[in-house]
Amino acid sequence: MRAQGSGLGARITLLAPAAAALVAVGLWQLAVVLTGATIFPSPFEVLRGLGELVERGVLLSYLGDSLFRVMAGYLAAVVVGIPLGISLGWFPLLGSAVNPVMQMLRPISPLAWMPLAVIWFGVSDVAPIFLIFLAALFPIVVASTNAVRSVPPMYLQAGRNFGLSTPRLIARVVIPATLQPIVVALRIAFGVAWLVLVAAEMIAVDSGLGYLIIDARNAGNRYDLVVGGMLLIGMVGLAIDALFRLAIPGNSRST
Amino acid sequence: MLAFARLRRAAPFLGLLVFTALWDLAVRWTGAPFVPSPWEAVQGIVELAQRGLLLKYVVASLFRVTWGYLLAVFIAIPFGIALGMSQRAEATVSPLLQLLRPISPLAWIPIAILWFGVGDLSAVFLIFLASFFPLAVAAMLAVREVDGVHLRAGLNFGMPRWQLIVRVVLPSIVPQLIVSMRIVLGIAWLVVVAAEMIAVSSGLGFLIIDARNAGNRYDLVVAGMLLIGLIGVALDLFMRRLERLDFVRWGYLEG
Amino acid sequence: MKFGATDVLRDIDLSVREGELVCILGPSGCGKSTLLNIAGGFLRPTAGEVTIDGVAVSGPDPRRIFVFQERGVFPWLTVEGNIAFGLFRLPEREQRERVAHYVQLVGLAGFEHAYPRELSGGMKQRLEVARALAVRPDVLYLDEPFGALDSITRLQMRRELLRIWNAERKTILFVTHDIDESVQLADRVVVLSQRPGRIRRVVDIDIAHPRDLSAPRYIALRDTIFSEIGLAHQV
Repeated sequence: MRAQGSGLGARITLLAPAAAALVAVGLWQLAVVLTGATIFPSPFEVLRGLGELVERGVLLSYLGDSLFRVMAGYLAAVVVGIPLGISLGWFPLLGSAVNPVMQMLRPISPLAWMPLAVIWFGVSDVAPIFLIFLAALFPIVVASTNAVRSVPPMYLQAGRNFGLSTPRLIARVVIPATLQPIVVALRIAFGVAWLVLVAAEMIAVDSGLGYLIIDARNAGNRYDLVVGGMLLIGMVGLAIDALFRLAIPGNSRST
Repeated sequence: MLAFARLRRAAPFLGLLVFTALWDLAVRWTGAPFVPSPWEAVQGIVELAQRGLLLKYVVASLFRVTWGYLLAVFIAIPFGIALGMSQRAEATVSPLLQLLRPISPLAWIPIAILWFGVGDLSAVFLIFLASFFPLAVAAMLAVREVDGVHLRAGLNFGMPRWQLIVRVVLPSIVPQLIVSMRIVLGIAWLVVVAAEMIAVSSGLGFLIIDARNAGNRYDLVVAGMLLIGLIGVALDLFMRRLERLDFVRWGYLEG
Repeated sequence: MKFGATDVLRDIDLSVREGELVCILGPSGCGKSTLLNIAGGFLRPTAGEVTIDGVAVSGPDPRRIFVFQERGVFPWLTVEGNIAFGLFRLPEREQRERVAHYVQLVGLAGFEHAYPRELSGGMKQRLEVARALAVRPDVLYLDEPFGALDSITRLQMRRELLRIWNAERKTILFVTHDIDESVQLADRVVVLSQRPGRIRRVVDIDIAHPRDLSAPRYIALRDTIFSEIGLAHQV
């Protein structure tokens, strides 16, 4: 059913997307020229815009701010979320009690928490970090809970059989058994955190990649910077995700 | 044992009660000037209903989400299936998808406004974007998981290719796809709220921003958050019902 | 039918008569499944060819249906839906008649609207056979079809297969690693060697059905094959 071609290997995985990228950029340039767009930038304008930012020394500092915020919120979510999720999975009663509250809070976009966040933390870095923390928390907690619940009872039986106390059981059986799904969730949670970061920076702060995009438009329709910022966001997000995939053994295919 | 079973069933309600009580206590003890108590939030919802805004805003948000989401479903899923069936197409297009995916839909706001102006169309576009990428990738991955044995059987019976797709590939991916559709609907709901905070003038997201800006009505802010949470849960439950259909259920059971 | 292939299989030259039940027997990895796939048109031999009634085999064809282990059944269709799967070119009425006939034949009457997840392993296997038979193929290929079943069910299924085969005489090519199974079912047993699979011996099983598992002739033939494969008689 799949195109079983021969020689489909490293060549295709590098050549085809590179070619596709070139084509995409070419089409982009063409579209801009043909439609006589004045505001929407061409690829060259985007590159020049980015170069300008580098010259002004602003690009790296914005990137740094964004990375700092996302890391702080994300790590907080990991440190809180994993133990919390494991507890909810280990004590089913607790899990059933907390579940409805979580289900209610989960659909509320982190951005909707912004007004409250500003009240509690003021206009500072902490507000977006809090939003990121919230956004990354839910997937991590849910995945940890599910992972604990899916530990095959056989393993727990075997552990008890060998006389393991509960803390030992958790450390030597539950945690290794849940490692894989939790690590996968960590990767997904980072993707979510990255998405929310950009949104958060559009509202409450004055530095960072998200801010760049909104500011570039507001302060003079600099769409070359807008698109440049978007591409940067995409690339950094992709790069970090690739790092995750490298760090996780046995996770071969994209996504 | 019976008592335990009853406790088990009561747990969710107890959890909600405890949460509400803690919330109430926290507000009273910290004497926070703006944060409303649960009761005030509920009164806020009633007030909205009286002003005729409740229905109007809920419908507005649902309307945008439905349009953007359905557009994505009918475009992204066939697109993803096509990618999944051809290794070459996938190798070519997938990197572009992976680059665009980490870009928060909100980062597209300036572009959306440029192309569609400020209003419903922009919001629908953002929802569409937010739903498109995860759905396309999910469809693509689901196609890859189709059991080779089933494809062989179809070929064995002399089925022409398009029939193979309709009668073997599509039914095979339905269970996984429905789960992805449920998750993506949740994402779309998140994004609609965020999009409304920035780009339009009606809907639940708008309510939150407006309530704060136009007079620090935090009771309405939290009322809005509650409504968002409730509707999100309702949407999720609705999608879960689809998972119980016979045509879908087979995918979730063992063996 | 004539076969010929190399590497995984070597120097295979085999003819099968119409209506025969031939077992291909060998240890794991000897290439017996490969042989079956070539015969069915799912693999191209690197040398040699397969002909059926003088016509070369070039690809999968509804006249030659594969029966896999029970996981080949479509989980999203009912029993009826599965059996009717290959009948898409027929008018509705004829489809219904055929489905009814084969549901009866394989002993799944009453389960027409059941889903595979509600069936036992043996029942799913029977469903797959029904689905294969419904298109009235010339040849059936069975690739270790009873492998996933427990040994008691396996005995029952062998009897079922013979009963069905008596009712509708098809040519059957049956791959197995179970020596008893081959002697119980086949008219001829083709014993393959280890990789690269060569035909060590073709044993004619000249016992009439139903075969007595304690009869001396049965045991003698079984022993022939045991020694052909090189196995001792004691565990």
